[in-house]
Amino acid sequence: MSEISRSEVCVVAVAECFRGDGERLCNPIGTVPMIGGRLARESFEPYLVMTDGYAMFAANAMPVGVADAEVVVEAWNPYAQMFSVLWNGNRHVMMGASQMDRFGNQNFACIGDWHKPKAQLLGFRGAPGNTMNHTTSYFIPNHSPKVFVDQVDVVCGVGYDRAAELGLVASRFHEIRRVVTNLATMDFDTPDHRMRLRSIHPGVTVDDVVEATGFELVVDDRLEESRLPTAEELRLIREVLDPNNIRSAEVRG
Amino acid sequence: MIPDKRLTEEEVVAELRDGMTIAIGGWASRRKPMSLVRAIVRSSLKDLTIVSYGGPDIGLLCAAGKVRKAVYGFVSLDTIPLEPHFRIARQSGTVEAMELDEGMLLLGLQAAAWRVPFLPTRAGLGSDLLRMMPEILTVRSPYPGPDGSEGEELVAMPAIELDAALIHMNRADQGGNAQFLGPDLYMDDLMAMAAGKTFMSTERIVPTEELAATGSFHTQRISRLMVTGVVEAPHGAHFTECPPDYGRDEAFQKEYAATVSSAELWDAFRAKYLDGTEADYQRAVGVSS
Repeated sequence: MSEISRSEVCVVAVAECFRGDGERLCNPIGTVPMIGGRLARESFEPYLVMTDGYAMFAANAMPVGVADAEVVVEAWNPYAQMFSVLWNGNRHVMMGASQMDRFGNQNFACIGDWHKPKAQLLGFRGAPGNTMNHTTSYFIPNHSPKVFVDQVDVVCGVGYDRAAELGLVASRFHEIRRVVTNLATMDFDTPDHRMRLRSIHPGVTVDDVVEATGFELVVDDRLEESRLPTAEELRLIREVLDPNNIRSAEVRG
Repeated sequence: MIPDKRLTEEEVVAELRDGMTIAIGGWASRRKPMSLVRAIVRSSLKDLTIVSYGGPDIGLLCAAGKVRKAVYGFVSLDTIPLEPHFRIARQSGTVEAMELDEGMLLLGLQAAAWRVPFLPTRAGLGSDLLRMMPEILTVRSPYPGPDGSEGEELVAMPAIELDAALIHMNRADQGGNAQFLGPDLYMDDLMAMAAGKTFMSTERIVPTEELAATGSFHTQRISRLMVTGVVEAPHGAHFTECPPDYGRDEAFQKEYAATVSSAELWDAFRAKYLDGTEADYQRAVGVSS
């Protein structure tokens, strides 16, 4: 078996975010997240519900980036219905981020002043509603001080400090579970929900992560090395879920 | 009896006025009423507020200088994630923005359709959305909160009042009963009900009884109660996708997106594709039958 790539470590780290979710809509957005979610379902979380990327819940292990892949439809879930599912709460989304602070406040709307942005990006999209209504994780393929910043330009996804400030109305359904990057996995398992380094990917040092983060990360004695895929997981990734190796374009090395 | 509501694109544009708030159906680069959008580009209309799950509709209208304000959940071309013409408009400050959470946009349309002033939601709490758009207010629930204390303070998403809505359907009859044959209706029904007037283009106008023969009755989601006028517009959604009738014209979408890089490219694109009639457009892009 050839050497395990960083993107494959990321896929497993993403899959681990969904461990324990049971029968829930697992809704990762992006290539590595999609492979990771599907890997979780094909291995240790068999009852997860996942979409085909459009309006269907697909029961089968669809490969990413394959046009006209077979879809075994288990339910029709057009966008209007998706918002009902979202507000109903039985969903765990994984989004991207252009900026994130130490409490998990996330921005992908724009860079600069929102009123006249230097760079218009996605807009608020679903981030405000997602973070207020159900579990959210993030995947960031380019861990750098430009992404992990002291203060984000616009808060789209709501972080722990802001949710706590508003009280129960905002915090009762709020959970930012994990942030997976090309270097490491972070969580918010600290007394005041500051971001904590949970695991570093093989070949990465703590200093690498600290240098690539624009705020102080909590590093404690629970820090681990991210686990490698099992032989069966590797087979699923390489032969079933991403046969064309699209993952390596999102995370190199 | 089914009334005859057939119109041309030009007759629809004649019903629109400067400064109107107009919703456009579809989603990103999917099933957009593009022949109606092109007719607006050709017209003298200006200062429009466009409400949309945005795609090339917002981009084209911004590039053509028709938009005063855009109300949107996103503006994307799907395979090109950021709509380039819209980005330029935002970054140069030529268009005012009401940038909503996608679900908040749904609620604003639903509130208008139901004729209530707002709908409550948790979406938006804690984010900068309310700080950037202070016209969106909160409301305290009159009912006790989950811990028995005072009611929760939620976002009161205001109704998005629409002067007109433009949608595109796969099939319709001449009275405005219509069906979608693709995977998603998007929010077209909400827009149609929220708007004072709804104008619908369709791939084909068929006798009413043919609708049920073409797809299950579940696809007949637009009724003539919601529709003011119907335009028969084969390939009317081009270059966005309109399954199962046709997919997105990716090559043409790329050509359109590339025109953002210079005024000369845009002027050439406009002269080649947009300044003539819809028939000229369809000949130029090679989809006319």
